[in-house]
Amino acid sequence: MSGAPIRLTYRDAMRAALRDALQRDPRVFLMGEDVGRYGGCYAVSKGLLEEFGPERIRDTPLSESAFVGAGIGAALGGMRPIVEIMTVNFSLLALDQIVNNAATILHMSGGQFNVPLVIRMTTGAGRQLAAQHSHSFEGWYAHIPGIKVLAPATLEDARGMLWSALEDPDPVLLFEHGALYNMAGELAADAGPVDIATAAVRRVGTDVSLITYGGTLWKTLAAAEELAGIGIEAEVVDLRVLRPLDAATVLASVERTHRAVIVDEGWRSGSASAEIITRIVEGVFYSLDAPVARVCSAEVPMPYAKHLEEAALPQVPAIVDAARRVMSARA
Amino acid sequence: MVVSSPASSVALSRESGLGLLRDMLRIRRLEEKCMELYSAGTIRGFLHLYIGEEAVAVGALRALQPDDAVVATYREHGHALVRGISAGAIMAEMFGKVEGCSRGRGGSMHLFDAATRFYGGNAIVGGGLPLAVGLALADKLQGRARVTACFFGDGAVAEGEFHECMNLASLWNLPVLFCCENNLYAMGTALARAQAETDLARKAASFAMPAWPVDGMDVLAVADATARAVPAIRAGGGPCFLEFRTYRFRPHSAFDPELYRSKQEVEAWKQRDPITTFTARLREQQLVDDAGLTRLEGEIAREIEAAIAFADAGHLEPVEDLTRFVYSEPRKAPESR
Repeated sequence: MSGAPIRLTYRDAMRAALRDALQRDPRVFLMGEDVGRYGGCYAVSKGLLEEFGPERIRDTPLSESAFVGAGIGAALGGMRPIVEIMTVNFSLLALDQIVNNAATILHMSGGQFNVPLVIRMTTGAGRQLAAQHSHSFEGWYAHIPGIKVLAPATLEDARGMLWSALEDPDPVLLFEHGALYNMAGELAADAGPVDIATAAVRRVGTDVSLITYGGTLWKTLAAAEELAGIGIEAEVVDLRVLRPLDAATVLASVERTHRAVIVDEGWRSGSASAEIITRIVEGVFYSLDAPVARVCSAEVPMPYAKHLEEAALPQVPAIVDAARRVMSARA
Repeated sequence: MVVSSPASSVALSRESGLGLLRDMLRIRRLEEKCMELYSAGTIRGFLHLYIGEEAVAVGALRALQPDDAVVATYREHGHALVRGISAGAIMAEMFGKVEGCSRGRGGSMHLFDAATRFYGGNAIVGGGLPLAVGLALADKLQGRARVTACFFGDGAVAEGEFHECMNLASLWNLPVLFCCENNLYAMGTALARAQAETDLARKAASFAMPAWPVDGMDVLAVADATARAVPAIRAGGGPCFLEFRTYRFRPHSAFDPELYRSKQEVEAWKQRDPITTFTARLREQQLVDDAGLTRLEGEIAREIEAAIAFADAGHLEPVEDLTRFVYSEPRKAPESR
């Protein structure tokens, strides 16, 4: 292996992470709907069946509750399962297993049984898949103590978060934004694990903190570039991990800039964005020079028509507008 | 479908007969005491008694090896006790003490024990089945000849998870013993009011696995059925479903006024009390007499008194530890010498 950069997509990075895990640890196996012969609904696991065989790349029936629960049981039994759920909306069929079992067994058993399980799923909108394939429930899941919630937005994180998640003794949910799979870029050929505990500052700035995660990171970075054109230097914080939340990085950024805008593809009411704002208000209220703003998805089930879907989602102009409003508020 | 064979194929020695009776009595007396302590306010939360169904856990668990796994429901005091969790650890759990088998974090509905591979104490009906499937999958993938016994009631059969799990276990040929404790009521809803097909073994057989009904009031019939099923599962024959037809003598939980069944029905089933009928059988075969029974009851009473004393003397976990066990704690490095 060498550290020379190679060109690849987010999908390639995820696949490389899976191959790596399967090669490194015989306890690792992947199961889910159409992960094998079909190659994965989003082609993430394409070719893995041929390489690792049907025992380790297991196609499942359409039984989300059973195969997610079986992942929990297999983790209890000494394996390191990776369960793929085709899309975030389908994970609701396994909510009982995720919330009532994966998140509780360590606690209910008084610390005797931990659940080293990784659940991957596609999240988010932007592909005209309408109201049953397009939502962002990461914020919901982040409500649950006992699980960890990751949102890889970069190639490094797509490549490195899985490894760290598998090393974690507790259940980890990985939300892969569907609009990112085709994102291409350069990554060191020997890229390895990344931490799954901290938020990252993706762009340094002095005037306003734009706080986001997952699919909206790139829109937020684009908005920051636009803002730079009109003399506003925005700092962009990528949360990376929604639970446990790295509030320290967020608060430190807001303390520097004194202004904040949260960009969240989830709905606004009772959301991850609401939690971030609460942390800011609780922690650095007196550092604020302006009310905190947020850009979230419109509170409608996701519509199919392209123009309506675009209107429902956080977009660059709305982020720019929100930052400008926050900047023009009187200190 | 195979019909359960006569129980006579289990050779009944004095030792095994008394062992079965002892375990059924241990459950019964423990739970009678639990109910007293519940009325006294010492045990709180929900309390679901197994009284009347003891033959199922006692007969079925006999067929397991120490490294097999058990997944049970919220009506699991009996399974926990027979599997080898001490009466003291069970009682301390219900007292909410740190000496409890789940450190007082679980209570009556969530007994867990790593030493005996006892995976709960699961209180979402049907929710334990996927765990059992996964535990069995782990054994299969790691080439271990272990069996996972999964207990659930007739109520679970109505859940989607039941159907998903029966299919998955059969499709993947996994070593699961599905133990359906059909006590005819899902809380207060009679089986016939919830299921279009009330023959649960027949329903299970449609998942292409051996499935047959067993008289769950007869501990020998239960022991015989599981003694036949478990070796076949262990040998790689795939899962098996046993429908144990049984009856709960007590209310669903301590809050249940029992409006949904008649006293006559309960009394009729009590005529088939697994402990009374099995005791009569042992007497008939001169395997036990009055003196032997008195001795047995005395031993059990002392075990339970000791359990209560242990629970009573136990400690409350410090409130400062409240948020422990939400995530795993870093493993302590071995101390250097």
